Amino acid sequence: MKIAVCVKQVPDATVHKRIDPETKRLDRSGEATLNPTDLNAVEEALRVKEAHGGEVVLVSMGPERALESLRKALAMGADRALLVADETAAGSDLVATSRVLAAALERVEADLVFFGQASSDGDGSVLWAAVADRLRRPLISQVAALTVEGGSVRGKRQTEHGYDVIAAPLPAVVAVSDAINEPRYPSLKGIMGAKAKPQETVSVADLGLPAEAVGEAGSRTVVLALGPPPARSGSVKIEDDGTAAEKIVAFLAERRLL
Amino acid sequence: MKALVFLEHHGGELERGSLGLLSKAASLGEAEGVVLGPDARAVAARAGAFGASRVWASEHEALAAPLPQPRVDALAALVEQTGADAVLFAASVLSADVAAGLAARLEAGLNWDLTDLLLADGELIGKRPALGDTVLVDVGWKSAPRLALVRSGSFDPVESGGAAEVEELAFEVSDLSTLARLVEQTQEEASGPSIEDADVIVAGGRGLGSPEAFSLLEELAAALGGAVAATRAVVDAGWYPYSTQVGQTGKTVSPKLYIACGISGAIQHKVGMQGAGTIVAINKDPNAPIFDFCDLGVVGDLHQIVPKLTELVRARG
Amino acid sequence: MARPIDFPPDFAPADAIGVPTDPPEERIEVGVLIVGGGPGGLACAIRLGQLLEEHPEVRERLGEVPVAVLEKGKQAGSHLLSGAVVDPGPLRELFRGRLTTADLPTYGEVPGEAVYVLTRRSAFRIPPPPTMRNHGNVILSLSALGRFLAEQAEGLGVAVLPETTASRLLVQHGRVAGVRTGDRGRGRDGEPLPTFEPGSDVLAGVTVLAEGTQGLLTSAAIDHFGLQGENPQIWALGVKEVWRVPRPLRRIVHTMGWPLRAAAAYGEFGGSFIYPMGEELVSIGFVAGLEARDVELSVHDLLQELKTHRLVWKILNGGERVAWGAKTITEGGYYSLPRRFSAPGLLLVGEGAGLVNVPRLKGVHYAIESGRLAAEAAFRALQRGEVPSRVGALGSYDEALRRSRLWRELYEVRNMRQAFDRGFFVGGALASAMTATKGRFPGRRLPTHPNAAAPLLKTGRAARYPAPDGKYIFDKLSSVFASGNRTRDDQPNHLKVAARVRRPVAEAWAWMCPANVYEVGADLGDGMVSVQVTPSNCVQCGAITAKGGRFTPPEGGSGPEYTLT
Repeated sequence: MKIAVCVKQVPDATVHKRIDPETKRLDRSGEATLNPTDLNAVEEALRVKEAHGGEVVLVSMGPERALESLRKALAMGADRALLVADETAAGSDLVATSRVLAAALERVEADLVFFGQASSDGDGSVLWAAVADRLRRPLISQVAALTVEGGSVRGKRQTEHGYDVIAAPLPAVVAVSDAINEPRYPSLKGIMGAKAKPQETVSVADLGLPAEAVGEAGSRTVVLALGPPPARSGSVKIEDDGTAAEKIVAFLAERRLL
Repeated sequence: MKALVFLEHHGGELERGSLGLLSKAASLGEAEGVVLGPDARAVAARAGAFGASRVWASEHEALAAPLPQPRVDALAALVEQTGADAVLFAASVLSADVAAGLAARLEAGLNWDLTDLLLADGELIGKRPALGDTVLVDVGWKSAPRLALVRSGSFDPVESGGAAEVEELAFEVSDLSTLARLVEQTQEEASGPSIEDADVIVAGGRGLGSPEAFSLLEELAAALGGAVAATRAVVDAGWYPYSTQVGQTGKTVSPKLYIACGISGAIQHKVGMQGAGTIVAINKDPNAPIFDFCDLGVVGDLHQIVPKLTELVRARG
Repeated sequence: MARPIDFPPDFAPADAIGVPTDPPEERIEVGVLIVGGGPGGLACAIRLGQLLEEHPEVRERLGEVPVAVLEKGKQAGSHLLSGAVVDPGPLRELFRGRLTTADLPTYGEVPGEAVYVLTRRSAFRIPPPPTMRNHGNVILSLSALGRFLAEQAEGLGVAVLPETTASRLLVQHGRVAGVRTGDRGRGRDGEPLPTFEPGSDVLAGVTVLAEGTQGLLTSAAIDHFGLQGENPQIWALGVKEVWRVPRPLRRIVHTMGWPLRAAAAYGEFGGSFIYPMGEELVSIGFVAGLEARDVELSVHDLLQELKTHRLVWKILNGGERVAWGAKTITEGGYYSLPRRFSAPGLLLVGEGAGLVNVPRLKGVHYAIESGRLAAEAAFRALQRGEVPSRVGALGSYDEALRRSRLWRELYEVRNMRQAFDRGFFVGGALASAMTATKGRFPGRRLPTHPNAAAPLLKTGRAARYPAPDGKYIFDKLSSVFASGNRTRDDQPNHLKVAARVRRPVAEAWAWMCPANVYEVGADLGDGMVSVQVTPSNCVQCGAITAKGGRFTPPEGGSGPEYTLT
């Protein structure tokens, strides 16, 4: 079975994040790491591979140096990486990014495509549905448990109201939540072998996409301005004079939280 | 502006978040609702009271299960039919997938995680907090239709007393959309929600003084239908299980209400719960940092206040 | 008076020595194994990479992985923290014919300098003592230098292996055979979790220990091979912040005096540094010897107190803190150096081996220099016809060190640090005499005393520490957060301290630790208390080892993630 995992390099949690006031994009120049939930996706892909055989391919879009972050997933056991590294793709919104990823995934011809549900940089946390639509594949998102058998995949999806168990034939797209597993530690041999694994870098043109289909030109949304966040409105501090409980109840009632 | 608002319903009721968004859309221009799935027609008319001029409904069998892809088919057809300028979604597991799928299908721009919508010179603008809510970004669209996903709870429903016509929505189900199917559905178990799912969290820190005091929080949480969480310090001390730890090295939660009891509010804890809608803090140290980022801060003894609070909440039923 | 040294942890250096236990087919074999991805280890790796590039026939014989570097941080540089004003000579030498100083990630040469003696309200500028003159030295972030050196090493075919600790030195038949890497995925009581990934035996012809301050295996090796120097080793603790400032600082600043107290009875020795990092950033740190006696001495809070001084306020005011970190500094000097820097199959490099020049406030260049010399000795021992495990096969390293400039420099200042045991003013006078005589005065070895042996006293010092406001003055916990520390909570405690101690000892640890790891626990009667430890706060500065406990590395990838320090 061929399994693709879409992963992404994000600014490290420790980096003092800022949005570049000129480009209005997140400044990605600092230290970077693999998006944490992507590790859950990689782990699940490795488990499927261990049970059914096959190959795990990492697919990513980002600057050349994103390969450093991908290496962590290669160390965990992914077999190879395909990175779309192209200046023209920078600043892509959902429509443009999903176009690029779908094209890259077509190349991989995966039976199962994994995404990590949340992205720590706030971008792309709805990407899988757009990619699934472009690939014309069924989609299961917010998956907390997964089984693959007999050419189909079954996922337990967490929703606001409980759990849905959803089944779909392969090929399919699955987005996993961090509840699905605990990502493994790379073994020392895995870390040592990661660098030597195949790591292919391609351009947007290599994927057969015109430059105007990606980046800001290919995007349909735009960032207009940056401003300070609104302060938490009306923060109130009171001393308990014996009626604090009543005051809390009144406060909650006013906010319709009871 | 003419907006379509995707209205979700559950248990025979339109979702509050959807209605809030509908009211908002109506305040910006013409708003039409869309209700899809079982009982759609029955609940659709309700939307008129919240500003919808018309509500599209479909109970097509492909919409029986809460799956996104058939809904993309329905909305794509409706956008074409109505020429709507915008399609608005209140964020949920389902609606996020529908919105993103629709964006790809229509090659339309989608802005998500918005907390406000407004019109400037007739153009729709969205407000999106970013970088842990330290920046507020204004976002726009280059072309119609404009798709927007709004954070839950951003808008309150406003009853305007209007009435809406309910119209049958006709659309073709694509082959793609029948591939995934619902096998089983389980509702929330009665034992109370986990801290990731809970709308209300009552959390305890070292200020509780002893592990026994957690029983006070459990009673309050039960009365509020919420879950109990803990800080690292008390989990470290063995007072409460690791699975309930909120913070940098524990879980990140965003309930509607977070009641912090005896929690000083160290940054390690803050990063795990600052996304809560409303934060109430009870702490006897008036200088505790938590008072800098809560909505209601109470300086006092939680051992006195919490039991009384539980009683009052219970009394309200 | 209570002394921390009287409450030793349940830990012996020999616990970190072992034999290979993996079945032979599972052992990992490399040519040269370097423990520690700091300036010393990476300089060693780079030099080896260069030599092996020039001698492919030797490289061939070393197998698939000729050189490997183990780094316990998330990546090279994650655990590196220094001032840092660095003497670029050894870096130039390392990259001679390949890179120039302009290619290095520095903020340029020191633009000018000033030394002040502070009192609470004033600052007296004094001429820089000869050891503190920095003309021609460069300013850099050691963490950034680490990342740069790691890239250079990887470019030369070195395997840099992050998130990997060395937990035991493997010694067989009297020679060092390699190390065992640490387990990952153990629970609080040591039980394997579902993600458990056991460590591996990594075997090498030559093992280079470049662990930096408080190296676990280095201390075990010194103990095992009987290499202890004449004086016991001592340390200082440094805490620093990096600030984004509205106005560029155009010189480096060192301060002495306030908020430390000059009288010998307090045992307070140290000072501060304030260095510009380009136009926008300023690095500010405070360093104090860990022999300090006051239980309430907290270097983190001293740094906060220092920031309230007008001299500092004028530099930082209007700025924003962007990084924080802490680290111990090895201070024993010449007489605390190990007797030899090699043993069969083993080389000791850099700060872990004590190669720091305290009066000059410098050690990075010694780490690089010793790393380079170690590489050359290792390379020699890997030639056909030689066996690195032969006794004396690596002895050329000791010879090269003793012939080098760093040895002469360390010898000249051999007694200077000890002089300050007499207090600031007497110490300053003695140090001048030592400088004037190039170290011949006083004509004998002055002793050091283990930091943990200083009897504790209480003077109410903490009352003067400023209250945190979260903007200019910071508490410890939010600082730990700023360090990027995300250590997994449910792993075994890696900090070894006695279960029962006298109350002042627990208090001293609580104040000393910049990361809020230790708290005074339950009262056990008779003036004894337990110590409550929060190991996941630990930023791995190593102070507890100096002050009577023992730091061992937690699971690989734990600890701070420094990038700017």
